[in-house]
Amino acid sequence: MELWFSEKHTEFVKMSIKIDKHLHGETSDFQRIDIFESYEFGRFLTLDGVMMMTEKDEFAYHEMLVHVPMAVNSAIRKVLIIGAGDGGIVREAARYATIEKMDMVEIDPQVVDACKRFLPKTASALDDARLSIYYQDGLKFIRKAKNEYDLIIVDSTDPFGPGEGLFTKEFYGNCYNALTDDGIMVNQLGSPYYKNDAAAMKRAYGKLAGVFPIHAAFQAHIPTYPSGHWLFGFGSKKLSHLDVNPNWDNLGLATKYYNTQLHRGAFALPTYVNNLLNEEVAP
Amino acid sequence: MDKILQQRAPIMEAMEALRNQRVVPFDVPGHKRGKGNPELTEFFGAKTMSIDVNSMKPLDFLGHPVSVIKEAEEIAADAFGAAHAFLMVSGTSASVIAMIMAACKKGDKILMPRNVHKSVLSALILSGALPVYIDPGLDINLGVSMGMSIADIARAIDENPDAAAIFLNNPTYYGICSNLPEIVKMARAKGIAVLVDEAHGTHFSFGRGLPISAMAAGADMSAVSMHKSGGSLTQSSFLLLGAAPNPHHVRQIINLTQTTSASYLLMVSLDISRKNLALNGVEIFDKVGQMANYARDEINNIGGYYAFGKEIINGDAIFDFDHTKLSVNTLKTGLAGREVYDILRDEYDIQIEFGDIGNFLAYVSVGDRMKDIERLCSSLSEIYRRYGNDKKADIDYEYIHPVVAALPQEAFYAEKEAVRLENSAGRISSELVMCYPPGIPIIAPGEMMTQAAVDYIRYAKEVGCSLTGTQDEDVEMLYVLK
Repeated sequence: MELWFSEKHTEFVKMSIKIDKHLHGETSDFQRIDIFESYEFGRFLTLDGVMMMTEKDEFAYHEMLVHVPMAVNSAIRKVLIIGAGDGGIVREAARYATIEKMDMVEIDPQVVDACKRFLPKTASALDDARLSIYYQDGLKFIRKAKNEYDLIIVDSTDPFGPGEGLFTKEFYGNCYNALTDDGIMVNQLGSPYYKNDAAAMKRAYGKLAGVFPIHAAFQAHIPTYPSGHWLFGFGSKKLSHLDVNPNWDNLGLATKYYNTQLHRGAFALPTYVNNLLNEEVAP
Repeated sequence: MDKILQQRAPIMEAMEALRNQRVVPFDVPGHKRGKGNPELTEFFGAKTMSIDVNSMKPLDFLGHPVSVIKEAEEIAADAFGAAHAFLMVSGTSASVIAMIMAACKKGDKILMPRNVHKSVLSALILSGALPVYIDPGLDINLGVSMGMSIADIARAIDENPDAAAIFLNNPTYYGICSNLPEIVKMARAKGIAVLVDEAHGTHFSFGRGLPISAMAAGADMSAVSMHKSGGSLTQSSFLLLGAAPNPHHVRQIINLTQTTSASYLLMVSLDISRKNLALNGVEIFDKVGQMANYARDEINNIGGYYAFGKEIINGDAIFDFDHTKLSVNTLKTGLAGREVYDILRDEYDIQIEFGDIGNFLAYVSVGDRMKDIERLCSSLSEIYRRYGNDKKADIDYEYIHPVVAALPQEAFYAEKEAVRLENSAGRISSELVMCYPPGIPIIAPGEMMTQAAVDYIRYAKEVGCSLTGTQDEDVEMLYVLK
């Protein structure tokens, strides 16, 4: 018997991972949640059949979303994390003793419960004393915040599905309003490679660029995501994405993906991606 | 309402039976179940094309129903608590026109508020009825027309005891209802027929905690836009009759202008949607009401906006309010409702129903998802943050008192000449001038042009309302009676 998890990356491209066990499956008010045990990637989480994270390659994604902004501004004290039910972002952020408060807004409590049970390596910091978890729509939560956060990290699903409100102009505008003067927002933007993904990425980036005076995209290699080439957005009111704190290395944080050399390199994008981002974007 | 009966959908059932018979079509439509028009079939889907058929024995005939359409109409009447229901396929405009033409002959008086739909003016031209307008009054703070006050109606009835009909909105576009039960009582005492435009009140017959429906209040006729809150296809509608009107006469009136090739897509959509509302209406409109209430609270927390609700009820001209309507006043944001409408569409990819000078309406229905409501609220908060200002809205809400000088029908067909708008005061208009939104006439055929009307048209043009109704697309020239 062979058991495979397959996800269509396009209508004509499919990625498959051989499965040892289906550990968990349930349908919440928002989505279908599954957790599998695999031979190659360890345990992995899917929502509505779409890969969210595997134990083997999640470090790249979570490290890049946390350490890039943290290395730009060492004075970050209060962080808002949107989505991120698997706990990976919180795990990385909790490593900074300088962070005083983390608010996490996740729409689906069942994702958090399932990850705590089946993905303990990723969900390890979800009990951190500095963390408050709010189970509600991210768009609603942020509407009420003003000049409150030094950093907003948006770890969302795709622009189609429960996370679609997190790719809108109103959301980015609300984020801008919720940030302090030195505030930074980072989010996942998807892949620039396949046609439909590229179009959605470009649209989302265009909206981000319309709201934040300083904006840039950076990349990472994440093998289980479509095409493996993943982009993130960086938006800030004042601070430059390339202005890396020289003392970051002295913090002594052991990382598997991020380092300050890579930080600058991550913003150096392939020419076709630069062209894609610089084309006129419809508002 | 008979819940067992309401589980039926006779037209849908007949069409399913027909499909299984595999009848060879040598009748119209010529696309022959889609095979003759591949591009259209690809676009609509084969299933849709296969049910676009013509009247035939097993499917009955809308102009003279004897089998499945008759049954569907009887079940619909039961659902709405009406004595008779007509399936309508030319929009609620056709239902409105049929009501007025059935109740009024040439020269008959009809009492009505000014904030009526354009189709009412069309009905006046077609029927030859004489309108007697009742000022619905404006809520000064909101800048919206209210319902009609009982005192104004009593005066109008006293002055026109010979009126054939009274026409009213239940509710208005914004969700405002007049005291319908009392109006029915007053009209009945004088033998005046009560005609109700329920284009925005389909759900009153099915939900809980909603204003009273026309049929429940004892009105004679009601035009119901099933395609608005009822969920059927655009253009499908019901015309409902109370106990008094003669359904055979009304059928004749409908048949004067109704197509003889009624679309079965529209009729089936009425059948299925009626079944859905009858069986699930309470839950559906509870949910819609909850979403609208939630959005109202969230929008009112933003600041600037005023999403009004049941607190505006005043026992008379605002006798009741439909809480499923999300009407929002924008005057304290420094923005016109129309501006918010445009920004939502152009910058936030959100299409709302309409925006006028001081208000906009976001249409909330069973098809909405909470996350879309969140998007709307967040976008509004962003619009207020980015564009909100202290500009005092310079808005003139003066009610233009219509001076009816000739029958609309006679004025429409009379010998006429074109004059410049500026020179039209004192002349009798042959044309309609309407400001859209909100789609309420500024001047109607047969009315004396006044300086106030000329000024208002100028003002409406300046603030960017689109004006329609005249032959001259720019509304610079107006046809007046010679």
